[in-house]
Amino acid sequence: MKTIIVVGNGMVGYKFCEKIADRIKGKGFKVLVFGEEPRAAYDRVHLSAFFGNRDAKALEMAPMEWYAQNGIELIINERVTDIHKTKKTITTANDKEFAYDYLVLATGSAPFVPPIKGVEKKGVFVYRTIEDLEAMLDYAEEIKQRKPNGKAAVLGGGLLGLEAGKAVMDMGLEPHVVEFAPKLMPRQLDARSSNVLQLTLESMGISIHTGKATNSILGNGAITGMDFGEDDTLEVDMLVISAGIRPRDELAKTCNLELGIRGGIVVNDKMQTSDPYIYAIGEVALYNQMIYGLVAPGYEMAEVAVNQILRASDVVMKQEIDMSTKLKLIGVDVASFGIPYMPADKGLSIIYENKTKGIYKRINVSHDGKTLLGGIMVGDAEDYSILHQMYLNNMPLPDNAEELIVGSRGEGGSAFGSAMDLPDTAVICSCEAVTKGAVCKSVLEDGLESVKDVAKATKATTGCGGCKPMVTDLIKESLKTLGKTVKERICEHFNYSRQELYDLIKLKGITDYDHLLDEVGNGNGCEVCKPAVASIFASLYNETANRQESIQDSNDRFLANIQRNGTYSVVPRVAGGEITPKQLMAIGRIAQKYDLYTKITGGQRIDMFGAQLHELPLIWEELIKEGFETGQAYGKSLRTVKSCVGSTWCRYGMDESVSFAIEIENRYKGIRSPHKFKGGVSGCIRECAEARGKDFGFIAVEGGWNVYVGGNGGANPKHALLLAEKVDKETAIKYVDRFIMFYIKTAQPLQRTAPWLEKLEGGITYLQNVVINDSLGIVKELDDAMQALVDSYVCEWKEAVETPEIRERYTHFVNSDDTDNTIEFVALRDQKMPKEWV
Amino acid sequence: MIAHLNVYETVSPNEVKVWFKAAPISKFPKNGGACIKYKDKQIAVFNFTREGSWYACQNLCPHKMEMVLSRGMIGEEHMEPKVACPLHKNTFSLKTGENLNGSLDAIATYPVKTENGFVYVGFSE
Repeated sequence: MKTIIVVGNGMVGYKFCEKIADRIKGKGFKVLVFGEEPRAAYDRVHLSAFFGNRDAKALEMAPMEWYAQNGIELIINERVTDIHKTKKTITTANDKEFAYDYLVLATGSAPFVPPIKGVEKKGVFVYRTIEDLEAMLDYAEEIKQRKPNGKAAVLGGGLLGLEAGKAVMDMGLEPHVVEFAPKLMPRQLDARSSNVLQLTLESMGISIHTGKATNSILGNGAITGMDFGEDDTLEVDMLVISAGIRPRDELAKTCNLELGIRGGIVVNDKMQTSDPYIYAIGEVALYNQMIYGLVAPGYEMAEVAVNQILRASDVVMKQEIDMSTKLKLIGVDVASFGIPYMPADKGLSIIYENKTKGIYKRINVSHDGKTLLGGIMVGDAEDYSILHQMYLNNMPLPDNAEELIVGSRGEGGSAFGSAMDLPDTAVICSCEAVTKGAVCKSVLEDGLESVKDVAKATKATTGCGGCKPMVTDLIKESLKTLGKTVKERICEHFNYSRQELYDLIKLKGITDYDHLLDEVGNGNGCEVCKPAVASIFASLYNETANRQESIQDSNDRFLANIQRNGTYSVVPRVAGGEITPKQLMAIGRIAQKYDLYTKITGGQRIDMFGAQLHELPLIWEELIKEGFETGQAYGKSLRTVKSCVGSTWCRYGMDESVSFAIEIENRYKGIRSPHKFKGGVSGCIRECAEARGKDFGFIAVEGGWNVYVGGNGGANPKHALLLAEKVDKETAIKYVDRFIMFYIKTAQPLQRTAPWLEKLEGGITYLQNVVINDSLGIVKELDDAMQALVDSYVCEWKEAVETPEIRERYTHFVNSDDTDNTIEFVALRDQKMPKEWV
Repeated sequence: MIAHLNVYETVSPNEVKVWFKAAPISKFPKNGGACIKYKDKQIAVFNFTREGSWYACQNLCPHKMEMVLSRGMIGEEHMEPKVACPLHKNTFSLKTGENLNGSLDAIATYPVKTENGFVYVGFSE
């Protein structure tokens, strides 16, 4: 049994545990971890989130149980004080001694507190641990009790300092950031980008003081201000020091490990210190004379140390460590990669600056214009990931390199091409060292489909999260390549998605299924593509199911719903559920005459069951004489628009829901779509019509109608989402017209509006933009298409009954007038039902 | 009357004893099916107009014993002609009668020919 002791349980210390846990199971290793903080490792990168929710648990890297479950002993609240490298033991503050075979120092760093007179005063804090934050929060509360306009300053305008600036602003104090250098984020930004960032931050209410050296901290016991010399002072009630870090290398001094001149434990590319059994990783390690204050190199060091200890000696640290970063600082994107800025003899820069929008972008290009050397982005870092990858992979620059930051001026598309163009070895997630190949494989080979699942499997995006947009893109693109062959293709006869087929049919003006197969398909079709194409014909030309009957779905072919024993049910339209006593009697009479089982449906109409094929035209002839129309209960089309009784009768009603429901049901009747769709209209927010459980719904409110779309009941119930609020009836109809046409144009076969909307990129906001703000410029086309459908409605049962050739189809045998003598019914509560299946 | 599966047995072309003159071609929908009656049997006949071929099988779906197959949609899967039952979309090969998307019993198939504008179905009795 060999013992590995890890000193320090911060992010990198934890990462070491995580990486080694799986690889030592059953291999005779014991891992013992010491943490001096009162809790297990947490995500310091996102520390400022603690101000929002005060939820320390949410920041945890892994819960306490994780360590035990993985055979790792974690001892928190215990500081290691000495290393005895000849004995190979350590001792703790409680004087306990533990022996090790390998020692890993992951003690991290401490905030650097400059030797300024008065830093010991009350109200001066550092920004590193959850305890620091809690103390700051308490003190801020005290200040607010005492005075209304408390001020807080942050000393240090680097990454962390600006984060802290945001934190004190969130505490309700007036924020000031004081920086010694003449610019913010001096390591990452050039003067101009720093200036743009400064302007943006100031517009948000953060005062920035650059080029200020703090001489002393004023106050009697507690801080009251900062003195910059020459009568220049700043009154503040609290100060947060964020002036850089110092490695926590004091343990190394107890056993004479080699240290750097300005601190840090010297390591080689195996992460070994000057003692081969002692390793150092993270911010305490001095590698190539540098301390790396970022999480990604720390994680890489952990990986190297794990491999070295487990004797995979070929895994060593790279010579050049990528210090690129991208983060959202107080809502402002800031990124820098490669060499952010340089003198002109090393390379040339392309700079785009737009102070009106707070945007600055700079890329540095080699003299021959072929290689990207680095860059800076402030205000808009959307393209950071791809630029960073171009830099890391030495990818060739486009001819007009400026297009990388100002966008392509030619027709469509970006200058980058797609994330898919990257080599498989490109490291997409640098925190977890996940390659593009690994992300794509998890989709292409392991069948994962969501960022969440891919994150779980590969760990990509779980570090700083900066690679999320790129991982999302890769997943989407990989799915697309799958979808092209598996998902989006309708069936083996058409190598197109429904939407593509829709556009093709429209473009070519094709009206016959056979013609379509000849033009763009293969073979003879099947039960999948036939009804899908029939639906498209119906959407484009409002063709009823009667003309090309053999491509219709089973129910559409005979304009009725086939039931368990091969008989059919008949449902006339009862718009809005409103029906006269005379019509009720007519239905009663006809149902009785043909001995049909009757039931009220969920859509507020009446279903008559048990009609044989040959009886259908006879029944419909009579119904039509009584003024009924087809209810299209058999179609992938508008079913019903359910309504409550509304303001005409209801004492709570805000508006006439029944009238509206009848109007809208008559408007959309006969419209075929990728799947069935239903509507609802409620006269007030009591919502008796359950409009939010429908594909579209209107609810009367004070001042107009609220419009909802994308709901359904069924196997996956879903509430509809609000599309527009308090609009008048005409506007409400217009929006829903467009919603339905957009759905009809773009959905997949048999996809209802709820899953369609869920899959729609950008969701309801995108939909609002399309149908309300006309972001795609297709509103007129949608309006015209809908109006054409509304204007060309015919009752297809009337057409069938009046056309002898269609009527002829309704016979069980083509060579005999006999009926099907295998159909049997049994009695049920004064009516009948099909005989049970055996 | 209850439908019985055992009434239906595949007839291969060389077993045909009776070519039953079922109905004029015009009675059958293009690229679709219709049902004919022969003695006590219900036979679904399919007109694959695009290919110029015809197929016939029992009208009885072996899944739930309903007389419905003639009302099913026809098509092909990897060149194999098939019919999809209108009740639950079970698909059957019209060449072999085999259930293509599950493990239901195969259906019986019958030879079909057309002559002088009429459709004939072959039976062994």
